[in-house]
Amino acid sequence: MAAEKQVVFRVRRYQPQGTKGPHYQDYRVPYLDDMVVLDGLNYIKDNLDPTLTFRWSCRMGICGSCGMDVNGKPRLTCGTFIKDASPRGIVQVDPLTGFNSIKDLVTDFDPFMEHFLSVKPWIIRKKDAPLAEGEYLQYPEELEAYRQQSLCINCTLCYAACPVFQGNSHFVGPASLAMALRYIRDTRDEGADERLERLSTRNGIWECTFVGECSVVCPKEVDPAGAIQSLKVLATMRHMRKLLMPKSASR
Amino acid sequence: MDRLTYDLVVVGGGAAGLRAAIAAAEADPHLTIGLVSKVYPMRSHTVSAEGGTAAVMREYDNLDLHAYDTIKGSDFLADQDAVEFFVAHCAEEIVQLDHWGCPWSRDEDGRVMQRAFGGMSVKRTVFAADKVGFHILHTLFQTSMKYPRIHRLDEWFVTDIILENGAAVGVIALDIRRGELARIASKAVVLATGGCGRVYEFTTNGFIKTGDGMALAYRAGVPLKDMEMVQFHPTCLPGTGILITEAARGEGGYLINKDGERFMQRYLPGKMELGPRDILSRSELIEIREGRGFTGPHGDYVGLDLRHLGEKAIHERLPMVRELAEKYVGLDPINEPIPVRPGQHYIMGGVSTNIHGETNVPGLYAVGESACVSINGANRLGSNSLSECLVFGKSTGLAAAAYAKKKDWAKGGADKEALLREETRIFDGLLKKEGASESLGGLRREMQQLMERDVGIFRDEKGLSDACAKLAGLRQRFADVGVADKDRVFNTDLTAVLELDFMLDVSQAIAWSALNRRESRGAHSRTDHTNRDDANYLKHSLAYRTDGAPRIDYLPVTITKWQPAERKY
Repeated sequence: MAAEKQVVFRVRRYQPQGTKGPHYQDYRVPYLDDMVVLDGLNYIKDNLDPTLTFRWSCRMGICGSCGMDVNGKPRLTCGTFIKDASPRGIVQVDPLTGFNSIKDLVTDFDPFMEHFLSVKPWIIRKKDAPLAEGEYLQYPEELEAYRQQSLCINCTLCYAACPVFQGNSHFVGPASLAMALRYIRDTRDEGADERLERLSTRNGIWECTFVGECSVVCPKEVDPAGAIQSLKVLATMRHMRKLLMPKSASR
Repeated sequence: MDRLTYDLVVVGGGAAGLRAAIAAAEADPHLTIGLVSKVYPMRSHTVSAEGGTAAVMREYDNLDLHAYDTIKGSDFLADQDAVEFFVAHCAEEIVQLDHWGCPWSRDEDGRVMQRAFGGMSVKRTVFAADKVGFHILHTLFQTSMKYPRIHRLDEWFVTDIILENGAAVGVIALDIRRGELARIASKAVVLATGGCGRVYEFTTNGFIKTGDGMALAYRAGVPLKDMEMVQFHPTCLPGTGILITEAARGEGGYLINKDGERFMQRYLPGKMELGPRDILSRSELIEIREGRGFTGPHGDYVGLDLRHLGEKAIHERLPMVRELAEKYVGLDPINEPIPVRPGQHYIMGGVSTNIHGETNVPGLYAVGESACVSINGANRLGSNSLSECLVFGKSTGLAAAAYAKKKDWAKGGADKEALLREETRIFDGLLKKEGASESLGGLRREMQQLMERDVGIFRDEKGLSDACAKLAGLRQRFADVGVADKDRVFNTDLTAVLELDFMLDVSQAIAWSALNRRESRGAHSRTDHTNRDDANYLKHSLAYRTDGAPRIDYLPVTITKWQPAERKY
């Protein structure tokens, strides 16, 4: 590699079957200005230390698998350039905060999957129209109402940034709540009531204290913090409606 | 827990695998389905598809037109019965995805919108901005969660197919997280593992695309069909190989050389930038070779010029193009052309199947990019591949479910033997091996560079013979590759060695099939045989695995109503 510059990657290691506990290991990595942190990790894996373990695939910011803490901040490593991440010649890489490390930079993803599943992230309808009748009509402005939340890539950076989740791993969490809003706002969906019921209980939307860090770290501008505030408004309205008009239709 | 049982096992959690699993679950609510994937399904490479998915939805279009565009695009190597089945079922899949919540881009009248795409004669490509694969994948994945009978094994790596009396009766898989091998017994197995772009050095494909399912089927005695037909996409970012969608040209983008000239007028004046991918990629390479490319730190390139489209159109319909250009090239396409060059993108070839995904091994099915039905022949049209995953995902899921329903469980024994054999091969043979003299990274790079140089866009006898010989050498040297990481838990050093093993098989099938096809057709461009030769090669290549070089055989192309003609645009 014809790289002029060098940087130190300080990587959190944890080998579950090894004798050492969690520790940091330094690697010297040559780099060019167009290299991202993920390229550095792959340089280490291919040339210096094949035991270094991390997840990655698309390397273009869409598969969502390469989230890690870079210098203490949750980032997609495929979208974080080494030149911007090494102010003192050191790039520190840790597994995403708030999730247990399985090995090195690979974290346990199952807790997220459970939270995600709990919001029923699929279209709920009492009755599905026959396919022969064609698509459900949806106007561009109706699409726009949920488009932003539909962009979530499930990278879980927002969980790593969320102080509520760090204190309470039962909190449904930013990305899953944003996904709930995505379906509630979809004109094809009729599941708003059951989702809002579920999310108004313990560990749901009211746990969120609107710190807003989730929206700051989101690489896809999903704005989970804004989504959760919208859910709070919807849940309050639903509650008021039930109090004032107990016999009215739920929607 | 070294034995799991499901009526049906689906390997791969991309669009094709998920569609097959859902189809099977809907066909028979009592059927148990194991969805085995080496990554969490939403990481599958479907996620990176950008431009769209084709379907005849409007009165200005018709099925024969879509069929003929596809067949002509394939340079008449597609099976026309398969194409007719395909085009007839695309629209209902678009509607099905709509009902499952896919955020399709919409016209003012509320219906799904369609855009122009290369080689399609009318606006036929349905889209969801330029993140179509992403939205299709997440829609299918999220929908799959509502079926309790679909049981996912996330981050399990399939190493072998269990055969009993010549039929597939399950798979052996490595639970990556635990680092243990297990047998997964089933009545039928569907392979939906995607393509094999990582056998090339410069590819749009993600790291996970290592041809696993192709190699698994190949080892089980299934031929790989038309493997020489490799698609190179004309607009990839130099250096990284990141894809810039064809929708950029569908929306009106130009390709320019360093003189600012729209050079496609020299090669394809009738279609210009909306020609098929094989022709565009060759044209770009000729521009570069004749000195009309731009020069950059990652080699010469041409420009993809979107400036005349304006900020509004780019923002609304090509947001990802802008995002990628800004992030990875540091420029805004509203103001500057994007540097692009051709890169490996897709393989038309794959596991030989019929329209129900059936292979020559009973109980073994394949679908999606890992399969070859074939509708793509010698060159796939952009936006036919997502539709292929949906249409054949469904037909394959239904066929496999029906087969599993009427079949009895295997008598047993074969799965235990297969597990022992795989434990010996993988744990004793690879993981415990000491004193390995070859490095995984080094050998992989040699294979990728070799494929890039000699089995790339332009090919000839000398280069291909050389590649075949060298691949045999790499296969021998692979025996000296070891695993440096001895920790069984989440051992990606081990899985990468297993993937290289698969890729070497697939590379050999590609190179030998290319060597033996002495004509130029579609993406297969021989500088020593520049014409299409229907008298000798209007037929599919079939590569069978042997202990040495692949055995190459042929299969006739099915023609229904469109006689092969010169492919002129």
